[in-house]
Amino acid sequence: MTVTKDDLIDFIYEEVRMLDEGRYDEWLALWLPDGHYWMPLDYKQTDPLNVTSLMYEDIFMLKLRVERLNGARTFSQKPKSRCHHVIQRPFVDEMNAEAGTFVTTTFMHYVETRLDEQQLLALTARHEISLVDGKLRIANKRVDIVNCDAAFGNIQLLP
Amino acid sequence: MSHYADNPDAIRALVQDKQVHRDVYTSPEIFRLEMKHIFANSWVFVGHESQTPNKGDYFATSIGDQPVIQVRHTNGDINVLLNRCPHKGTKIVIDRQGNTGKFFRCPYHAWSFKTDGCLLAIPLKKGYEGTGLEETQNGKGMKAVGAVQNYRGFIFARLADEGISFEEFFGESLSSFDNMVDRSPAGKLEIMGPPLRYMHKCNWKMLVENQTDTCHPMVAHESSAGTAVKLYEELGLPADAPKPPAMEIIAPFMSPYEMFEDMGIRTWPNGHGHTGVHHSIHSNYSAIPGYFEAMCETYGEEKAKQILGENRHNTVYFPNVMIKGPIQTLRLFIPLAADKTLVESYIYRLVDAPDELTARTAMYNRMINAPTSIVGHDDLEMYERAQEGLAVDGLEWVNIQRLYEDDEDFDTEAVENGTTERQMRNQFHAWVKFMTMDMDPKAAPAREAAE
Repeated sequence: MTVTKDDLIDFIYEEVRMLDEGRYDEWLALWLPDGHYWMPLDYKQTDPLNVTSLMYEDIFMLKLRVERLNGARTFSQKPKSRCHHVIQRPFVDEMNAEAGTFVTTTFMHYVETRLDEQQLLALTARHEISLVDGKLRIANKRVDIVNCDAAFGNIQLLP
Repeated sequence: MSHYADNPDAIRALVQDKQVHRDVYTSPEIFRLEMKHIFANSWVFVGHESQTPNKGDYFATSIGDQPVIQVRHTNGDINVLLNRCPHKGTKIVIDRQGNTGKFFRCPYHAWSFKTDGCLLAIPLKKGYEGTGLEETQNGKGMKAVGAVQNYRGFIFARLADEGISFEEFFGESLSSFDNMVDRSPAGKLEIMGPPLRYMHKCNWKMLVENQTDTCHPMVAHESSAGTAVKLYEELGLPADAPKPPAMEIIAPFMSPYEMFEDMGIRTWPNGHGHTGVHHSIHSNYSAIPGYFEAMCETYGEEKAKQILGENRHNTVYFPNVMIKGPIQTLRLFIPLAADKTLVESYIYRLVDAPDELTARTAMYNRMINAPTSIVGHDDLEMYERAQEGLAVDGLEWVNIQRLYEDDEDFDTEAVENGTTERQMRNQFHAWVKFMTMDMDPKAAPAREAAE
């Protein structure tokens, strides 16, 4: 399979649609097993390990996060939150066809709502994508919130 | 109309042996009085010395509702100044941290101040000649807090000029800070990065009480901790295989009631106390290679074992701070309004210990204390439901009588069953003490007559 720019852009659009429609099993299946979802706490943070982040989650944590959303005693999800992404056309920053590795940057607005509350976050998502067995997969994802150092209430779904 | 100001009897009536009136959580007047009395008369945490390591370094925070600046003075001392220009009121610094050099300069009219607050210069000063400026409070410079104490790197301040001493206020409770700092082979901690900042639409005391509430984890956190255990069992890993980090950090929240009963709760005078006298959810973390050896080198094996064998869970310092010694975390519950609290969660590095320990601390912080934490989500849900539920009329008291005993004496240290609510009662005992200690009952009728 030859990966084109459009394939990568479609992949990003498809991913946010899965999140917005709550198709989490399909979303988890996009991930490579050793991937990490990183959401820094600090502006231009470089170290995910030795300082605090909002999230730096392996596949076990992501599965736990998703599984919890459907639990009978998940009190903060009664009623459930909903989310909505509006994304710009992704930039394809790196295309290494030989290695099957790609990097995209996508600017987006993320809305999360529950009961009478709604919050808007402006995000930059950086995806490391790999071609494995003919399929594009997420190797790592970094989500920078533009006001990452502000005080937030709950952010319960996946920006 | 004011009901509680300078009315110590009305304040005392809010706190009974086994229950507290909802006004302590919901009344805006009570909140204003807490800021004026409790946060002025007690010793409140400001910051860590490593946040201002060099001369001129400053860090802006607040003590109750009072904006303050922690600053490293030219002589190396750390001062705490009120963050307001004595001229027109402008906040002197607005960023959270930085370096101001040898003096602060107000951006409005360029009045400048030494880093101990003393007035340095005013442009066109002759305009004040003969006006008596130097006799006013405004002419002296930036106001400093009443007293500052640096305890093993942690900076505390008392706003009031006179009052209880640092040693008397904290007493034996400082042993939890000692254990946290002793865990560094160098006997020293260092701040790591900015804090998590998590906004809560509830009263600050609900958060403080929850720190020693050992009957909620297995209930409120079933969705995160219980699901973690379930997913782990489904993986079918061999028992000796490394566990996913989430299992080590989150799963202990599902420990049975017996574990929490047996861990014990200790209370100290002035509202301080801790869970985990004998063990805690932090007791069974995996060993990090090289750490015990480094500790033995500093302290000798016996002392090292003693330090690392102390696994206190949450230590609450009245009024608004909690530390976890075993993982070098500090949470500050900053009161913003009767129904609004900002929680800042800081982490520290053990100097001369392996980096893996810092990584575990950072992991704990993001997994448990972040606005994105699946554990934090359910806690916040409980606090906010409580804040809203307290509106119910005809049932105006909040119950704190679990394992209550007659004639409890909060002025002596005690160790009790780990599920007692004694520490909550201890906090309210201190709450009344610091709320009423400088109230003037004679001022009340005079003021009401004036209204």
